[in-house]
Amino acid sequence: MINTTAISNLLTAMADDALIQGHRNSEWTGLGPIMEEDIAFSSMAQDKIGHAWALYKIKQEELNGSDPDQFAFLRNEKEYKCCHFVEHPNGEYDFSLMRHFLFDHAEAIRYEQLQQSSFQPLQPLAKKLKGEIKYHTLHANAWVSQLCRAGEESHARMQSALNTCFPLALGLFEPTPSEEELIAEKVYPGEKALREMWLDRIHNILTVAALNLPDENTTEPVYGGRNGYHTIYLQPLLEEMGAVFRTDPAATW
Amino acid sequence: MQEGENWNAFEVFHQEKRGAHHEHVGCVHAPNAQMALIFAKEQFGRRKKCVNLWVVRSADILAFDAEDEDMFANNGEKTYRDASGFKVMEKINKFKKEAK
Repeated sequence: MINTTAISNLLTAMADDALIQGHRNSEWTGLGPIMEEDIAFSSMAQDKIGHAWALYKIKQEELNGSDPDQFAFLRNEKEYKCCHFVEHPNGEYDFSLMRHFLFDHAEAIRYEQLQQSSFQPLQPLAKKLKGEIKYHTLHANAWVSQLCRAGEESHARMQSALNTCFPLALGLFEPTPSEEELIAEKVYPGEKALREMWLDRIHNILTVAALNLPDENTTEPVYGGRNGYHTIYLQPLLEEMGAVFRTDPAATW
Repeated sequence: MQEGENWNAFEVFHQEKRGAHHEHVGCVHAPNAQMALIFAKEQFGRRKKCVNLWVVRSADILAFDAEDEDMFANNGEKTYRDASGFKVMEKINKFKKEAK
């Protein structure tokens, strides 16, 4: 018998990461460096929020969860399980692009593994999102490679963004106490295994772009999000994100 | 945005299904063809059906000058070149009848 609380926590963590990352990326809408990129980045931000919705929906239908909109917008800050990485404000475009690159490769690897999950509802979702996430990583790879060839300043800024992002990005793989059970039940291979696959993949792309991946052994990962400990940036984001919804939570949109 | 060294216009061609013609749908600005294709995907391939896109640097397209339009001016009179000028339906119907 699979531990449903453990699965539920896993889905919430994944969904909250996607929701908050999607919201942050959507803050670039109208402010992107050029119109074409503005459209692409906004469109991918919508996709992320769609991923979150699909996961909340699985929770609702398979695990007695609440309505996805209510769950997304009406929880207290402590009840969110997103990592600190996605909470940080956008800053400059180099940070946002590097976060997009690191986040989306992690997401790609996670969903690749979930195609074989013993928790059946995740299989069709993982297959459905495959093409979408393929585009997201293609977009991220192209920008990383482009900006790393665009002169000294550009390369230096990308390296600096990578250095800033890396400890935060390791927070995507924060271990949880119930993980062993999910590994044993073949729900997914666990955070440590995902992290190793992710490091392999990004290492290859970053090497081609002449960027140095900081040493994982000497980097302290930024954890806490999975247990409800968040940065000072999350609460204001939640207030803004849910402002319209809270004016009338019973409304039909 | 300066045309040239860093940014170029690319023409975008959209294919609705395999085997169909790629049809011109518009253009994007991008630093290179790879980025143009990536931008084109969200610009022109995010709604409705699409299976593939082409991008071509606008500057690589060779076209006649607008003043050479006179080369085509008499086309309207040469109706014998229109496929519609050939009366073949009678022959086709006759053939179909015989084939039955």
